[in-house]
Amino acid sequence: MLEHLDLTKLVFGRLTWEAIPYHEPILIGTFIAVALGGLALLGAMTYFKVWGTLWRDWITSIDHKKIGIMYIILGLVMLLRGFSDAIMMRAQQAIAFGDNAGFLPPHHYDQVFTAHGVIMIFFVAMPLVTGLMNFVVPLQIGARDVAFPFLNNFSFWMTTFGAGLVMASLFVGEFAKTGWLAYPPLSGILFSPDVGVDYYIWSLQIAGVGTLLSGVNLLVTIVKMRAPGMTMMKMPVFTWTALCTNVLIVAAFPVLTAVLALLSLDRYVGTNFFTNDMGGNAMMYVNLIWIWGHPEVYILILPAFGIFSEVVSTFSGKRLFGYASMVYATVVITILSYLVWLHHFFTMGSGASVNSFFGITTMIISIPTGAKIFNWLFTMYRGRIRFELPMMWTIGFMITFVFGGMTGVLLAVPPADFVLHNSLFLIAHFHNVIIGGVLFGMLAGITYWFPKAFGYKLDPFWGKCSFWFWIVGFWTAFMPLYVLGLMGVTRRMSHFQDMSLQIWFQVAAFGAVLIALGIGCFIIQLVVSYIRRDSLRDTTGDPWDGRTLEWSTSSPPPAYNFAFTPRIHDNDAWSDMKARGYERPLEGFSPIHMPKNTAAGFVIAALSAVCGFALIWQMWLLAGIGFIAMLVAIIVHTFNYKRDYHIPTDEVVRTEDARTRLLAAHV
Amino acid sequence: MHILKNLRRSLLLLPAMLLAGCNTVLMNPSGDIASQQGRLIVVSTVLMLIIIIPVVALTVLFAWRYRQSNKEAVYSPDWDHSTQLELAIWAAPLLIIIALGAITWISTHTLDPYQPLRRIDAQRPIPADTKPLVVEVVALDWKWLFIYPEQGIATVNELAAPVDRPIEFRITASSVMNSFFIPALAGQIYAMPGMQTKLNAVINKPGEFEGFSANYSGAGFSGMRFKFHGLSHEGFDQWIAKVKTGKDGELSRALYQKLEVPSEREPVRHYATVAPDLYDAILNRCVDSGKMCMKQMMAIDAEGGLGKPGAFNVATMQSWQPDNINSPKRKYVTAMCTTEE
Repeated sequence: MLEHLDLTKLVFGRLTWEAIPYHEPILIGTFIAVALGGLALLGAMTYFKVWGTLWRDWITSIDHKKIGIMYIILGLVMLLRGFSDAIMMRAQQAIAFGDNAGFLPPHHYDQVFTAHGVIMIFFVAMPLVTGLMNFVVPLQIGARDVAFPFLNNFSFWMTTFGAGLVMASLFVGEFAKTGWLAYPPLSGILFSPDVGVDYYIWSLQIAGVGTLLSGVNLLVTIVKMRAPGMTMMKMPVFTWTALCTNVLIVAAFPVLTAVLALLSLDRYVGTNFFTNDMGGNAMMYVNLIWIWGHPEVYILILPAFGIFSEVVSTFSGKRLFGYASMVYATVVITILSYLVWLHHFFTMGSGASVNSFFGITTMIISIPTGAKIFNWLFTMYRGRIRFELPMMWTIGFMITFVFGGMTGVLLAVPPADFVLHNSLFLIAHFHNVIIGGVLFGMLAGITYWFPKAFGYKLDPFWGKCSFWFWIVGFWTAFMPLYVLGLMGVTRRMSHFQDMSLQIWFQVAAFGAVLIALGIGCFIIQLVVSYIRRDSLRDTTGDPWDGRTLEWSTSSPPPAYNFAFTPRIHDNDAWSDMKARGYERPLEGFSPIHMPKNTAAGFVIAALSAVCGFALIWQMWLLAGIGFIAMLVAIIVHTFNYKRDYHIPTDEVVRTEDARTRLLAAHV
Repeated sequence: MHILKNLRRSLLLLPAMLLAGCNTVLMNPSGDIASQQGRLIVVSTVLMLIIIIPVVALTVLFAWRYRQSNKEAVYSPDWDHSTQLELAIWAAPLLIIIALGAITWISTHTLDPYQPLRRIDAQRPIPADTKPLVVEVVALDWKWLFIYPEQGIATVNELAAPVDRPIEFRITASSVMNSFFIPALAGQIYAMPGMQTKLNAVINKPGEFEGFSANYSGAGFSGMRFKFHGLSHEGFDQWIAKVKTGKDGELSRALYQKLEVPSEREPVRHYATVAPDLYDAILNRCVDSGKMCMKQMMAIDAEGGLGKPGAFNVATMQSWQPDNINSPKRKYVTAMCTTEE
């Protein structure tokens, strides 16, 4: 028995030199750029001696604000990767006509569109949403941190290492060639024997643990840690949407975990849940993945709705119109989002009554959504609207999103879906709601809360450039796709025969270039704002004349957020406090009990990534060692009793006095 | 002002889009089912625009009227509730959705692809003695196999049907999921291994139409296209006669197993005859007579299963991608001996 043991195979599994794509010039170029950039970054970090700060103040930090910021950085970095995939697809589809095969062979193109979808949903939209919730929710409810601060750090690192695995697939092996939901039988071991689907499974499993735990964390935070006086119906709308989103996360993500676990059993152990032979049925996978997948889109859009509610009310200088109906609309959407999943596969042969049921439930969601739009509209009515950047994103959203909503309802009519399903019309629809809704929302949120996080506003000029490039770019890139969809053009094609379609793809590619400029302007905006931070400085902590609690503390807020826990009397708490002539307390401070930083989250997440990588390549030895090390790290962490500390009174006094002086100097 | 400028631009763009949109295959198809589906798109869109257009107009109007610099406009910072208005904003979308929901329920049932057709087109009902043309469709990696059981022929990557005669497609697949879609004829339906879906449709105009897979199925997906010919009755008979003289001979089970091997951009093939029950064997995943048919397996299971002996009744199949070293071997249930053998 033992003489059959192949040591190389035990250690390296399926990993050979063949797995390094040195014959693909695009990947080699990318690798060199990433390596040089990475080396430059590491060198600069060593030169400026920031390693210690990075480790102490960020990587091991369990401050919800820093974790929120790190989530957003992760989302923005991955946006660049996801967008590179997008622009490669647009370029390929704009040139691959007739005799021209384009620059991406199917082997590569199929990975690109799969990675684009996976990255944009799991590693761009999710981190941005989670990041903003993490940063804002405790501040909005008057809490000092989230309910489980260590778990928060651990969740972030799980998400990040999940993203890391996807990035690793670029240079070691390959990514899935299955589409972003990896339907079997195509994603089964018979038709995808390579490591691509395994990268997909393990990166999502690892990131999924992070998402689920962060959902539990924020849910408990919102339910248990609101400031005294803040009843449920006095919570800011963003916190309400965050609550509903986290309910959805907690209820939906275990389904994803389970369905991916079943798929990995099929692939690794030879079970037959979703195979063609031995009694498996692939349609079970399709049902399960969409039972997670449909709530997922509401997980993304609800916080965006919350951001728009805050922004509209703040920049119209007015209370939000119809607060109660806004809350009910959010809750109704949360519940209904579980009753619509079948609309993703009307064309798989369900009966007419089943299809009608799911079509109509889908349409019903547009009623609360419509009510929300009207509520924003009537919040603007009789307001004093300041067209600062967040408000511009909001108006851009309202005009763009309604068309995405309209085509969405159209797709919910089953006979119409029979001709539009899987077409570029569908692609245009969901980009219309995800870019026009989620992404515009996140950008509005980032510009809105940036001064809170860093103490200075973002530069408006480059922000406006970014806004106009994004919005014009979006319409230019996706209107042609609606038309192409009506021409019966289907998605995920790497080559076309019909030359008459080419002009539409070229227009779409031009739109993608405009969006690239929009992203470029956004990056310039960040840099310019950093350079001009002194002239953009906000000393008041309340640069927009805000209405909710986060604007009552300093910018950036102290580690403990609030020296005294505020008392809430109205749903625009800070606005109410300002109206009643609130005076900041200047004495009577006491020590503040705070959680302590720990490296455990980072270490456990890193070890689970090692374990995941080993499982992908079937390096059983490393997988075993990684798993045991992970268990040991978890057990060691349970013996860590130094989990908290007190910020001494004199430090609180010093911090608060500094703020008093700052406020006095700039009245 | 920026907003107005942008709006003007998109308003100029809109008619161009609409014009382009009207000329497309989905809006201007050649089969009765597809035209009803196309009309449904227009009706639903118009219905929803009743809400969408006022919303967009009001957004622009309010954004302009209540801008900060306009001191003339009323400012009421504490106005946040109006019961009548709230009722109206919930009722307006509700009414539209009630109308659209009714349309959905009715159209989903009348256009159910599984139902036999009730009319040839808007003017003509189906004559009483009409028998639909049956076509069995198999999605292979990466080509389409069409079997005509009535005519006893089969083709690869070419489909033809006489105009104004109802067609009944029975659809399955050999390995992964695809979607059978001829936009000019009717909406798509998935082609899935081990399962059968159905599509009833009719082509009303002669011509050559595009057909393809509308669900991504792997490397050869982009080339998985075929031509669908709408022919006159004489033309269809001639086409059948042509296929019957086809050089590709008989589509036997052995030949099908060769055809099943993944390949891309296959030329059109005409098989003069087809092995009996080939489609049934494909659907039940037992073209290889060593494999147990799914219907037999299900019948055994319905009787309570084979018990322990069932665990030994398995064998290992050839890998699907022999040239890939990672391609694993999978097990299947072997066939029972029958009296015929």
